[in-house]
Amino acid sequence: MNDPMLLDAWRRMLLIRRFEEAVSDAFAQGSVVGTAHFCIGQEASAVGTVDALRPDDLVTSNHRGHGHFLAKGADPKRLMAELFGKATGYSGGRGGSQHVADLSIGFLGSHGITAGMIPVATGAALSQRLLDTGRVVVAFFGDGATGQGAFHEAVNIGAAWQLPIVYLCENNLYAMSTPIGESFRVTSIADRACAYGIRGVSVDGNDVEAVYLTVHEGVERARLGGGPTLVEARTYRMCGHSKSDQCEYRTDEEEACWFERDPLTIAEERILEREIATAAELDPIAEAVTATVDEAVRFALDSPDPDPATVAEGVFAEFDLGATKH
Amino acid sequence: MREIFYSHAIREALEEEMARDERVILIGEDIAEYGGAFKITRDMAQRFGKERVRNTPISENGFVGVAVGAAMTGLRPVAELMFMDFLTLAMDQLCNHAAKFRYQYGDQVTIPLVLRCPAGAGRSYGPTHSQSLERWLMSTPGLLVAAPATAEDAKGMLKSAIRCDDPVVFIESKILYGQKQPVPEGEYTVPLGEATVRRGGEHVTLVAYSRMVGEALRAAEALAERGVEAEVVDLRTLAPLDMATVAASVERTGRAVVVEEGPLTGGVAAEVAQRITEECFDVLDAPPIRVAALDVPVPSSAVLEAAATPDWRKIAQGAAEALNY
Repeated sequence: MNDPMLLDAWRRMLLIRRFEEAVSDAFAQGSVVGTAHFCIGQEASAVGTVDALRPDDLVTSNHRGHGHFLAKGADPKRLMAELFGKATGYSGGRGGSQHVADLSIGFLGSHGITAGMIPVATGAALSQRLLDTGRVVVAFFGDGATGQGAFHEAVNIGAAWQLPIVYLCENNLYAMSTPIGESFRVTSIADRACAYGIRGVSVDGNDVEAVYLTVHEGVERARLGGGPTLVEARTYRMCGHSKSDQCEYRTDEEEACWFERDPLTIAEERILEREIATAAELDPIAEAVTATVDEAVRFALDSPDPDPATVAEGVFAEFDLGATKH
Repeated sequence: MREIFYSHAIREALEEEMARDERVILIGEDIAEYGGAFKITRDMAQRFGKERVRNTPISENGFVGVAVGAAMTGLRPVAELMFMDFLTLAMDQLCNHAAKFRYQYGDQVTIPLVLRCPAGAGRSYGPTHSQSLERWLMSTPGLLVAAPATAEDAKGMLKSAIRCDDPVVFIESKILYGQKQPVPEGEYTVPLGEATVRRGGEHVTLVAYSRMVGEALRAAEALAERGVEAEVVDLRTLAPLDMATVAASVERTGRAVVVEEGPLTGGVAAEVAQRITEECFDVLDAPPIRVAALDVPVPSSAVLEAAATPDWRKIAQGAAEALNY
């Protein structure tokens, strides 16, 4: 990454971190109900991956999708409003934390079925090929998703058809509470690529530049007709699986070890070392990020609830079956 | 009018829509050179190329999901399940993805997807190649379900389904594939969501769809010999359900028999019968009667299969029950 890219990547990683912290606070205060899956600690894989894409390239996400969406350019206000269940949210309050999209920025959607969007992303890649758009698709998913058949079926199809797609597995070492060693014999998710006859690469998912370089190679290979790449970004949740998780299945030693490898710290140290900016120059950027998140929370709080009379709208594009008894 | 096979009517619809709109593609197992298990897509790969007539690995959830993703990004895929029974493998992509995307993403996307499902018993294919699973689909918000009973409807409704911006599960009867029926020449469509009256009658209404419409008509003939005039309503589409046409008929006859090929409990007939009860209670002279398959897996032996599956005799018996109440 060149200097401005790294600085901007750091800023957006910080935005994701502050956003997630604000959501966590909102849960504690009771202004958000339901559930959410935070990506604190995984910001580098989201930002590094998206930075390897063209703006018109496409992304699908999973249940842990706030970071992917913000990295792709989501409006923090509308995402926050969605979490607050408000009419101004991306889905007007129908989707919540796990079900948001913005097709105008190439974000095809997050979703609550862990591997579910991998086939969908593969289909989007088929569209890019048949419609000759020159675009590439990235499917984000976690290590846990690789236990589902949808992962295997979709990656195999993407490989067989040599589609323009990168399968981006964020391996945070736990499927909810179950360590990867209890779920798989392979030690690297990237090793699974050989089963589909595609390239597999493992990368330090907490190093935003390493993620960027690795994904960029896969993306450009895909764009040139070289087919899919399976990228494993090894990372760590610096938080629970969801808002109710106390992480009792992890040791203090392991957490301390990973917390030292905080992706934000790694990026910040690199910025200072390379003299891209001084600490004093980073402060106002961080303050602006905090202000953006504060503004998002205010926007969400001030936004109206959805109108209950609209609950049955939007199920179909062409039929209205719900509003009245049909 | 010319007569062609129900299966050929479906192929004509696919060919015409593919010629009309380059975004229409076919996805499924063995659909290219082989032409599909029921030869519906025979010669289509040759005509339209294998990019648009795509063989898939045996990965029902995978390729239905691929079709969903393609549908939300500019293509209009028609996916074929080799047998409707394999729907179980693709339910996640159909029900948790295709059916929900438009709603959960705040109206941002359309899913112009058609999932073709050869369904039903009568060929001794046994428990995993003979089912009628539409009951699950009509109770899943976000799915349209079409089940044509004639070759003319099969062609016209499939064309409507392909042009529709919502996901449509298109149920085809394996038995009807081999029947020759009149189909108009030239361009036409049949709208989704409209039932039709196949036979007029004043004594009892027989409500059916797909292959059971023919059985209901045969039952009506048998009843006519005994002086009973049965009206036969073909639902054609299960979601949306055209209750207005059903209710209008029951208002005239006061009695209803609802027929489905799937099992009795919690099925399509149960839903329609209850709706008749709610909407026509004041005019009913008898409770709506359900005629459906027994609550057993579909057996293979022709004798057992016939014992489990509804037919015109059981429908006539159901009508007698309603008339003698």
